Amino acid sequence: MVELERSYMSSLNVIDLRTHERGPYSLSIAPGECVSLRGDSGSGKSLLLRAIADLDPHEGQVLLDNMPVTQFTAPQWRKRVALLPAESQWWQDEVGAHFPTEECPWFEPLGFGTETMRWQVSRLSSGEKQRLALARILMNKPRVLLLDEPTASLDANNVITVERLIDEYRHTTDAAVLWVSHDAQQATRVGNRHLQLTTKGIREDLA
Amino acid sequence: MITLSAVDLSLAAGLVLAMAALSWRMQLGLSGQLLIAGTRTVVQLLLIGLVLKALFANVDLLWVTGISLVMLLAAGREVMARQQRRFTGWWGFGMGTGAMFISSFAITVLALTTMVATDPWYDPQYAVPLLGMLLGNTMSGIALALDRLTTTAWQQRAIIEQRLMLGAARLDAIAEIRREAMRSGMMPIINSMAAAGLVSLPGMMTGQILAGSPPLEAVKYQILIMFLISAGTGFGVTAALWLASKRLFDDRDRLRLDKLSGPRR
Repeated sequence: MVELERSYMSSLNVIDLRTHERGPYSLSIAPGECVSLRGDSGSGKSLLLRAIADLDPHEGQVLLDNMPVTQFTAPQWRKRVALLPAESQWWQDEVGAHFPTEECPWFEPLGFGTETMRWQVSRLSSGEKQRLALARILMNKPRVLLLDEPTASLDANNVITVERLIDEYRHTTDAAVLWVSHDAQQATRVGNRHLQLTTKGIREDLA
Repeated sequence: MITLSAVDLSLAAGLVLAMAALSWRMQLGLSGQLLIAGTRTVVQLLLIGLVLKALFANVDLLWVTGISLVMLLAAGREVMARQQRRFTGWWGFGMGTGAMFISSFAITVLALTTMVATDPWYDPQYAVPLLGMLLGNTMSGIALALDRLTTTAWQQRAIIEQRLMLGAARLDAIAEIRREAMRSGMMPIINSMAAAGLVSLPGMMTGQILAGSPPLEAVKYQILIMFLISAGTGFGVTAALWLASKRLFDDRDRLRLDKLSGPRR
């Protein structure tokens, strides 16, 4: 399917991260590894992802390939360490206006065609928005993917499609993936390792 | 020029009192505000009349500077008071005041030294009314634009952050909002330039004509003032929006709405 340059070895390191009076959180993800993250609602999963993407003020260190976040400008960092939020936002009328190019290599594997670029955002279903938001963030060729419930509003078929696509992206680009999921089965399916977020920090979930 | 007597003004005041009585009868709840505002008009204008009289009698740069600063600070306070969500701390006052200072003062000095060319250039008979008109209009423009910027940024927080997540720099992430804010700040002066003479006779021109100036002389002054106001408002709004847009984010391009206060009741 899609041809991608094999990028540099990605790896994400989070050391003693504190944000919004939570933490310290530490975790690391090897190149090409997918780590699932679970935690009760309100435990701060989304806040953790926001801090890693440098969207919120935080203490502690976040490194990409051993380079601290401060070595990058904020836009450079967020293109490399990409956050896919639970609810995507669209601010133009047409889908295509949110994409840097007229062709998106991720449309076909996600079940869209070239005409999708001309679709009206106001008529998209929540499932379509979620898949298109994934295609949109992948256009930046991120080296770390922070996924916040990326299949929450998808039907069973599309859940499989999206899981396959992320799996393929990870293997072809050696990207590191942190996948927040409420679904224990999905976590087991997609993750090489599993983490549990508590108020005290992060622990390895062996169950 | 026909001078107005106390009786003339009392007749006009009688009209306001009649309106206040009507409002009281109709239970509009406006009579109190109307009377207070009317009283304020009388007191404030009499005071400024006395100040101007003293100022004209002693032409002194120090006094002109002093009253200019008082006018600037009052305008700055007004800009701040008109914000639904203002910047916390010193910025809430400083942003609008600073933008008005660089635009209104610069343009007034430019006009006084080159176009009107009074002698001395700070002659209060020209300097104070000119600065007043510039400040008044720039103030409205800046207040509208800043209010638009901050309330829209608050409402569209999710969209701005989505664009940041996709790698947009801070000024790109709010480019449209800034443009809209710029438009709402500039609209009043653009509208009044477009409608001048057709829909309304501008107040200053009317005043000069009432005072006995030849109409074409009054028109020339009005054109000058309109141009100065539109340039002053444009530069002032641009500066205020530039400062405010930067201030909405921190040095890591994070949207920091915590720098805004809560909505005003």
